[in-house]
Amino acid sequence: MAINWFKYSSPASFYPLAGRLTPWFFATAALLVIAGLYISFFVAPTDAQQGEAYRIIFIHVPAAWMSMFIYVVMAMWAGIGLAFNTRLSSMVASALAPTGALMTFIALWTGSLWGKPMWGTWWVWDARLTSELILLFLYFGFMSLQAAIDDPRRADKAGAVIALVGVVNVPIIYFSVKWWNTLHQGASVSLTRSPTMAKTMLLGMLVMALAFWMYSIAVMLMRVRAIMLERERNSDWVKALEERRP
Amino acid sequence: MTWASAADFFAMGGYGVYVWGSFGVTAACIALEIAVLAARRRGALRELPVTGSRADSP
Repeated sequence: MAINWFKYSSPASFYPLAGRLTPWFFATAALLVIAGLYISFFVAPTDAQQGEAYRIIFIHVPAAWMSMFIYVVMAMWAGIGLAFNTRLSSMVASALAPTGALMTFIALWTGSLWGKPMWGTWWVWDARLTSELILLFLYFGFMSLQAAIDDPRRADKAGAVIALVGVVNVPIIYFSVKWWNTLHQGASVSLTRSPTMAKTMLLGMLVMALAFWMYSIAVMLMRVRAIMLERERNSDWVKALEERRP
Repeated sequence: MTWASAADFFAMGGYGVYVWGSFGVTAACIALEIAVLAARRRGALRELPVTGSRADSP
């Protein structure tokens, strides 16, 4: 089956497609959250060392994964927008930033609430925590820079530069627990060896990660549609939209 | 089953504040993000320029 993907690189045809897809991503996210929460609280056993406090992992790790993954995807779309001057790519990058920042905040917040009972402190300037905090500031920097520039295309370009430079921070976050002696524990799940946790715990974490992923796509699509309306309000395709009717 | 009662479930083995503080704030953040986005969409639709042919219906 041949799909003309380039067709959807124009806002006029991407807008209705995104509108049709959004409810499906929300529905999938909702089903996965229900399954994930059930596994998190009723299937996964109590941890031998951390008791019930470890259950924070079921949102902490998925949020932390998403915070890094969204940043890389955002930088990629921003870079494509910069290189090929495609306005939809830049709009997708702008639409990803607030959700990425939210995921970073959730990772830091839940980590803090996990650190207090386990390490005895809300916060420590350790490599993993500090580099994740820098990630939050990179998202803020990207968003405030774009907000400060009136011309959207210039804002896209300036944002792309900061996004691309900031990518260097992502491997630093990921490998920080290896490169430095951190209070934060090492990776529980890695590509090179089998996970060091119970199967049901791992399953709960993966289902929640998938739920966060679907949620992020859904809100990205919602936000990119709003951005398209804001930026292209005077274009012919927006003028022809059905939902313009009061 | 890990939990003997509902109270046992909410106590989370003494870590209730930390566990529910994590899940609760995450849920609130998600609800807030969706609400903000819905408002942004309504605002964007409201700001669209009025065209003659479409503005006649009440």
